[in-house]
Amino acid sequence: MTGRAALLACLLLPAMAQAYGVQELFQSLAGDKPRRATFQEKKTIALLDKPVESSGELVFTPPARLEKRTSKPRAESIVVDGDLATIERGGNKQTLRLSQYPGVAVLIDSIRSTLAGDLKALTKTYSAGLAGDATRWRLTLRPIDPSLGTLVEHIEIAGSQGEVRTVEIFQADGDRSVMTLTPIAP
Amino acid sequence: MSTRARTALAIWIVALALAGWQIAHTRFVADMSSFLPLEPTAAQRVLVDQLRDGAISRVILVGIEGGDAKARAAASNAMVKALAAAPLIAAVSNGSGATFDRERELLLKYRYVLSPRVTPQRFTVAGLHSAIEETIELLASPAGMLVKAVVPRDPTGELVAVVERLRPAQSPAMAEGVWATPDGQRALLVARTRGAGSDTDAQAQAMAAITSAFEEAARASPGMRLLMTGPGVYSVKARAMIQRDVERLALASLAVVAGLLLFVYRSPVALGLGMLPVVSGAIAGIAAVSLGFGMVHGITLGFGTTLIGEAVDYSIYLFVQRDASRGGGDWVGGFWPTVRLGVLTSIAGFAALLFSGVSGLAQLGVYSIAGLVAAALVTRFVLPDLLPARFHIRDVSATGAWLSRAVVAVPRGRWIVALMAIVAAAVLFVHRDRLWDPRIESLNPISIADRQLDAKLREALGASDARHVIAVRGVDAQAALAAAERMGEKLDALASEGRIGGYESPARYLPSTDTQRKRLESLPAAGDLKARLAEALRGLPIRAERLQPFLADVEQAKSAGVMTRDAIRGTALEDALDGLLFRDSSGQWNAMLGLRRPLDVPSVRRAIEASGVPGAVLLDVRAELDTLYAGYFERALVASAVGLAAIVILLFVTLRSASRVARVMAPLGAGVLVVAACHAAVGTSMSLLHLVGLLLVVAVGSNYALFFDRGTNARTVASLALANATTVASFGILSLSRIPVLNAIGSTVAIGAFVTLVFAALVMPPVESAHAHDRA
Repeated sequence: MTGRAALLACLLLPAMAQAYGVQELFQSLAGDKPRRATFQEKKTIALLDKPVESSGELVFTPPARLEKRTSKPRAESIVVDGDLATIERGGNKQTLRLSQYPGVAVLIDSIRSTLAGDLKALTKTYSAGLAGDATRWRLTLRPIDPSLGTLVEHIEIAGSQGEVRTVEIFQADGDRSVMTLTPIAP
Repeated sequence: MSTRARTALAIWIVALALAGWQIAHTRFVADMSSFLPLEPTAAQRVLVDQLRDGAISRVILVGIEGGDAKARAAASNAMVKALAAAPLIAAVSNGSGATFDRERELLLKYRYVLSPRVTPQRFTVAGLHSAIEETIELLASPAGMLVKAVVPRDPTGELVAVVERLRPAQSPAMAEGVWATPDGQRALLVARTRGAGSDTDAQAQAMAAITSAFEEAARASPGMRLLMTGPGVYSVKARAMIQRDVERLALASLAVVAGLLLFVYRSPVALGLGMLPVVSGAIAGIAAVSLGFGMVHGITLGFGTTLIGEAVDYSIYLFVQRDASRGGGDWVGGFWPTVRLGVLTSIAGFAALLFSGVSGLAQLGVYSIAGLVAAALVTRFVLPDLLPARFHIRDVSATGAWLSRAVVAVPRGRWIVALMAIVAAAVLFVHRDRLWDPRIESLNPISIADRQLDAKLREALGASDARHVIAVRGVDAQAALAAAERMGEKLDALASEGRIGGYESPARYLPSTDTQRKRLESLPAAGDLKARLAEALRGLPIRAERLQPFLADVEQAKSAGVMTRDAIRGTALEDALDGLLFRDSSGQWNAMLGLRRPLDVPSVRRAIEASGVPGAVLLDVRAELDTLYAGYFERALVASAVGLAAIVILLFVTLRSASRVARVMAPLGAGVLVVAACHAAVGTSMSLLHLVGLLLVVAVGSNYALFFDRGTNARTVASLALANATTVASFGILSLSRIPVLNAIGSTVAIGAFVTLVFAALVMPPVESAHAHDRA
């Protein structure tokens, strides 16, 4: 039985690939191994005359641990694990509950759920639209809750196969940030 | 009836009436602070004050369990809404809607007097440049989104500096938008009562308000349960428990003793008359405590039930020992001197309690002394004249004779006592490491389950770090705040070295006026600031036009002046400040600086010394309470030794013979050893209350020993057996109490009284002697 089911799946697979959907994308994203990438982030803030840039390393450990370690321009780190976010900056360590900062929580969840391939969690807060194909996809996320819309207008995540390459956050006030990721081979 | 008897009767009735009036005007309390020392050190006073009336004592932690998370959150929110209007509750919160908008607005408004970074250097060109540069870096960080909006007003990041120092190291977990335990199974609320923790009535009313708010809130979805803990809740629970136990035990004790007496006397009249000294003693005891202390503790009343067993002895001696054919006068002449000596030795023993330095124990001492003296006096001067002409009880001489023969039949009685004492001493030696329980918990009537619940809820709310505290003092709030600031400077250094995990200080919520002025003076004049800012922004990606609100805010801060306590009234900031800055009973102001782990205690102590802040002390709250207890434990030991010495001296003076004193003391000493060994053998570590119990064993036992020393006949033996039975019964019932204080005394005395009687009989076997009366 199992053999026949596998055979059937193999025969059907190319046909399904033609219509690349959110389901498949998230299947390819899901995995249980930790993933590492270097990042370059550029924030465009209306208050400032020129964008601020930062860089460092991003580590994701499924299912719910995300570390963002910035090395430039200043060493700092934010480690999110479940509901706890630990921010370390200039020798100062603070632990926050994400549930108490819903604005920040949805931002982090958009990236975390995508990296985890957890479509169910993602679609709780966002409506997701997918463009492109498996080799070059672009996921557009818009908050469902209008109160969150006052902070984040939409988020665009782009990548290839099971890898996220860029995360763009468009804030409601016109400020935006672009994060480019380069995977580090495990 | 003679004139003298009439006078005695009149005095008795008047005294009873006065005592009754005093009792009617007495306040009854139950908080355990009565069992804290009367004369603590300055540091301990801060602690005791805090436990009694401080902000800590007014907190009630509320948990909701059962149902599902949504229902719990809904109930929690409904309770907050209902309790916000309750007059007995000063504040209530559950973390929901904890936007702290008002607090944030206040912190923003007063950031220039609150931020420790506000110094003249920070407002120079170089200072501004690096401060703004840092803010721009913060904008680039993940936290940037949170601070972006306020940057035009606060480009130097003072609000962030202020908030960072006020935020607890870890905030409580949330479930469905309200505080919850980390496992999410309980919703949590924190309520602060208006009444002090030691005001048990106010606490009980606040608890009732919380309970009814919960019942109202939980009506929508049944299956939820309410949990409450906190110092005030403990007091209320303890009081209820004491009341319940005291009522139950007093009734049971009375019933058993009365049944016993009725069985022996076979005369209701004798029973009624025999109770007169007991009732008089109890009334005198309560009135004396009320007069001396201004209030009576519930435990004193509980202890009072034991007086039933003790004071009834006197009338038993009178009824059983008196020769029916010769009237009461015979007893007064022949036996009264021995009873009087017994009363005196008891008083000597109880007097030790007066000097224990613990108000609760001193109450027990006063109660016992007043009660026994009254009971003895009534037995001596009132009771004999009240006996009806043909008063008689069942003759118990036969039983006494049988008992006497039984004792005499035991060969080598003295050797048996000596052997028992040696075995007991050996048992005590083997268990010498855990004979005594030096922890204050041994007095706590609150169950371990309740305390564990409290610890759990506290931990969930991140309130468990209040163990190590530095207390500083001042004549007024300003002086205390200034002292806290000086201490804070030292602690900042320790924190940056990693020797402490951080600290909390009232000066962070309300800096001293001097410090605030100094900070305001650091702010440059409007024109200067504008010029410096323009220069400072050179090379930074932000233009001066965007920072116009900053210039306006600095001007506004200067004109607003210093922040006062009034400015934060009714906010969470005031709540926090209340717990850290308060006036104690001596009128001094105390500031508490809570330390966070990790904690290097020696370097904290060195820092305190180096700070030169007068009166600054490091309190380890738990250890301090234990030390405090251990301190008065030692004192009670010394007092007991003095009491024992007083008893021995009294015996020497009266008996005038070293061998007789030795004979009287031998059964008492052996009895005490055996009782202590019993406790050790069953694994009970003795507390202060067991010590009190041992003292009582000596007091009660001395009566028996003195009678045996005097020489006993069958009737005396019978009276002693009956007196002993009532004592063992009433103390035995006390040992059934769940309250450690009562349980300890009860079990100790019940065993001790029985053992000392048997030992006294074995050491001084009864002899039917015609000359017995002459020996006293």
